[in-house]
Amino acid sequence: MLRYMLIRIFNSLLVLLAIITITFFLMHAIPGGPFTSEKNIPAAVLKNIEEHYRLHDPLWKQYIDYLGNLTHFDLGPSFKYAGRTVNDLIRESFPVSLQLGMVSIALSILLGIPAGAIAALRQNKWQDYATMFLATLGVSVPSFVLATLLIYIFAIKLSLLPAAMWGGITYMILPALTLAGQPTAFIARLTRSSMLEVLAQDYIKTARAKGLSPALILYRHALKNALIPIITYIGPMAAGILTGSFIIENIFAIPGLGRHFVTSIYNRDYTVILGVTIFYSVLIIGLNLIVDLIYPLLNPRIKLTGKQGE
Amino acid sequence: MNSNPLLSVEELTVCFDTFAGEVKAVDTISFQVYPGEAIGIVGESGCGKSVTAHSIMQLIPTPPGRYAKGKILFGKDDLLQKSEADMAKIRGNDISIIFQDAMTSLNPVLTIGMQIGESLQLHQHMNKQDAYARAVEMLRLVGIPSPEERIKEYPHQFSGGMRQRVMIAMALSCNPKLLIADEPTTALDVTIQAQILDLMKDLQGKLNTAIILISHDLGAIASLCSRVIVMYAGKIAEAGTAIDIFHQPQHPYTWGLLQSLPRIDMMQKQKLAIIPGQPPDLLSPPTGCPFHPRCPHAMSICQEHYPETTVLTKGHMVHCWLQHPDAPKPNREVTA
Repeated sequence: MLRYMLIRIFNSLLVLLAIITITFFLMHAIPGGPFTSEKNIPAAVLKNIEEHYRLHDPLWKQYIDYLGNLTHFDLGPSFKYAGRTVNDLIRESFPVSLQLGMVSIALSILLGIPAGAIAALRQNKWQDYATMFLATLGVSVPSFVLATLLIYIFAIKLSLLPAAMWGGITYMILPALTLAGQPTAFIARLTRSSMLEVLAQDYIKTARAKGLSPALILYRHALKNALIPIITYIGPMAAGILTGSFIIENIFAIPGLGRHFVTSIYNRDYTVILGVTIFYSVLIIGLNLIVDLIYPLLNPRIKLTGKQGE
Repeated sequence: MNSNPLLSVEELTVCFDTFAGEVKAVDTISFQVYPGEAIGIVGESGCGKSVTAHSIMQLIPTPPGRYAKGKILFGKDDLLQKSEADMAKIRGNDISIIFQDAMTSLNPVLTIGMQIGESLQLHQHMNKQDAYARAVEMLRLVGIPSPEERIKEYPHQFSGGMRQRVMIAMALSCNPKLLIADEPTTALDVTIQAQILDLMKDLQGKLNTAIILISHDLGAIASLCSRVIVMYAGKIAEAGTAIDIFHQPQHPYTWGLLQSLPRIDMMQKQKLAIIPGQPPDLLSPPTGCPFHPRCPHAMSICQEHYPETTVLTKGHMVHCWLQHPDAPKPNREVTA
């Protein structure tokens, strides 16, 4: 187990290094720089600024310096937000995305899994058709359409909830619902198909032949088996939701991390691009590791040994 | 056989409604099982053996399945009239079933102990410790070495034969009156098959459980059962004691089955006899006797009318026009 963890962490660091390297050089390959859009800067001033941010150094030196700073978790200063570091930006905006994300993840799991299970148990009955209709809708309707719709109904027509901004539980409801929409629908579909497969297995017939009640069969014999593929999806999904969504944060004017993903690229804000990329990667890698640690709890056939082929 | 039957199936008909039409998988069959006896149901794939077994437990999914006609009397109660909740109290407790594929019939994510113990907790209202202790005892009974340790293990840590032993332990844990074994040895190696059959025979003697053994393996049936039912196309072709069926078979289908057994005294170049043709498509079964297209002794009446029941001796009955006084006597010599 410990050996497994160490190997996994070492592998993760290699992956992270690859991500940083690729992002770093790709980013510098894009035409323009952080200050090219500033108007009418005297050449001397521009030169001073670029020297301040060490943009005149050769690329390999900038790369080495960046990696050096990373070893003590320094993501560098932002080029666009003067006087603030990338660490500051993440520290300010991530908690907002985190709160919103946690609520959305909880929503999508608590709604998606029961919905899918009900659909599977009532296969080809109206409950199944209704759930799958909603789920197909949920998967295919873009989040900005859902957001606009929710704002129109709950904020404008019914005046129940605030349309935008960030400031308390009520502000969280609409963006959380929007953010949870697609994952909920996807989890519901995944649960349904996984559950149908499990319910057709021989051991479910054995459980019925033992005289177990349908609820016990579902809970004890089917769910644990059916959850295995769902957990696989939830890991990366959680990383995506936790780091926020550019579109949803824009629509609801939420000061989260998501908007930095897009704005930093427009701004050629090199350090922010790298910073949020690294942060996102660490989250994905971490959550996948957690998922892999959960597997053996669900499935005794999986053992974490750290050795190949076992 | 002087007591009342434990199970009495009366004119049971089970249909499946498919898109292509109605399939009569089991057609008006009747038989009895007496306490403590072992009966065998034999026939080719698709002849309705498993449907019969699953019907007794009411494990047929309805729809598409439908219990069209008949009664399944267990003691005095008609199982077909029972509610799902009442049926659940009987399943695993009074009647148990073992399935063909032990590799997939155990839940891969639960321990063996849990899977044996849960029916004890449910039906015998045992607490966890007692159920666990009884599960260990059952595993020992079915010949699993060091059951105290193995009970904590998962199905993937057991071999196929061992899993079938676990299934038997599970099925017998509540001391059922009737055990239905639906091809319990089909998925196993030949040597393991013999062990499992020996085990079942041994346990039948010890626990006095009635057994319905479903198989297409005549050898398995011969080693365990005192009475045999030969099924063809959802109907009973011939039924009788094991001696009747193996030594005085009367139905051409039974002859065919017995002839197609490989024999140790067979000449090396001698070909194994087969029954030509295929079991009939039950969507459009042949008129008259369903076996007539494959029967070497078929007469014109066989294509028109289903043969009446002929009772030869007590307990030996056959559905065949050859039993009619006017029928020719076919020349044959088949015994097992």
